[in-house]
Amino acid sequence: MDRHAPTRWTTFASPARFDRLAAAVARWCWAVALVAGLAGLYVGFFVAPTDATQGEAYRILFIHVPAAWLSMICYLAIALWSVVGWVFKVRMASRLARALAPSGALYTAMALWTGALWGQPTWGTWWVWDARLTSELILLLLYLGYIALVESIDDERRAAQAGALVALVGALNVPVIYFSVRWWNTLHQGASISLTAAPSMAQQMLLALALCTVAFWAHAIAASLTRARAISLEQEADR
Amino acid sequence: MNVLARDLRAAARHRIGWLLPLAFFVAAASLFPLGIGAEPALLRRVAPGIVWTCALLAMLLAMHGMFSADLADGSLEQMLLGQRPLTWLVSERVFGQWLLAGAPMVLLAPLAGLAFGLPGPAVLTLLASLLLGTPVTALLGGLGAALSLGLRHGSALVFLLVLPLAMPTLIFGSGAVLAAMNGEPVQAGLSLQGALLILTALVAPPLTAAALRIAME
Repeated sequence: MDRHAPTRWTTFASPARFDRLAAAVARWCWAVALVAGLAGLYVGFFVAPTDATQGEAYRILFIHVPAAWLSMICYLAIALWSVVGWVFKVRMASRLARALAPSGALYTAMALWTGALWGQPTWGTWWVWDARLTSELILLLLYLGYIALVESIDDERRAAQAGALVALVGALNVPVIYFSVRWWNTLHQGASISLTAAPSMAQQMLLALALCTVAFWAHAIAASLTRARAISLEQEADR
Repeated sequence: MNVLARDLRAAARHRIGWLLPLAFFVAAASLFPLGIGAEPALLRRVAPGIVWTCALLAMLLAMHGMFSADLADGSLEQMLLGQRPLTWLVSERVFGQWLLAGAPMVLLAPLAGLAFGLPGPAVLTLLASLLLGTPVTALLGGLGAALSLGLRHGSALVFLLVLPLAMPTLIFGSGAVLAAMNGEPVQAGLSLQGALLILTALVAPPLTAAALRIAME
């Protein structure tokens, strides 16, 4: 490998170059995730003031909100990378898409789980068929469908292309699903709990939320790069 | 090679294949009164959702193996190599499958609606909403069948892939029937279902053709 080759935007499509870059980036991201996560949880649980209306229960927001954000961003990232991999015939992009899926599914499950834990003390119920909750559940099903399809195809090229098709159809369908669920909900259930009315937040709460969001981003990048390296090693060994 | 005529002729000679999903539809729908109790008011309230859900599942059951016989006897490769565009062949196939499974189900569903005690206008709306909605599920089922062609757990995979995508048409379809029961206008739900049908009919066949090419490479 020529170490002095010029760096182009296609340089890291080479599995060997990608592996070195991913190893370096992942190491830093794991460190950032750990530090920002611990700091965010400390500020969130010990420094931030008690909420006037929800008491201590609101503190799960510092995990719930970043998980919900990342659950959606990961799906878009899967769609983006798998389309890049399909259109430009870049193996590494498809592997990255595939590596993102378990992280995305994990954040979706975390958002649902922490949402239930938050809903019980504040709304008095583990689950409501609210538009957002239902859409998040459907997102989890989309993740599971993508993972199940990609994992049950042995041929790497077919897995990448079929996965790209499913991710693209899913990403285009997410707005349709969201609005149809909202329409269904408003038609049949009347006004349910609104999650949109966000009261003004204290400075420490915002700080904790920002730190936790950084931690989740760093974790998503680190975990998917590490997983992409493993997938890449496995596939190259088979070739 | 005319796919539609061939499929219909094959179905006429081998009836059990397309009658099975209809039997599943009837059996699944009749489980619900046994499970939740035969109270007429309760049954009437849940009828649109139950009939729609059972129709959706029965359609997917009819669709999930749409291309596997062609894969087994090699005619799928001929379809890919042939001169006629694959998208057109896929559309013909999906339309044929809908005629065999979807159309009888649309005709059968009002009976299920009456058995659940739905009033007249609601039964008509159920018929209309299934007429618009079952082709959507057939098109999506075809896409799922192409994606999971020849895979382990192929049929379970089709259900997991397609059910989230089919939720909008279920929502609008059963929503229109509920609106008819409450004496509200049904146009909004049926129009949205029509929009979904047009969108799916335009997008799904080329994607299904692409999925078949991916599977056969």
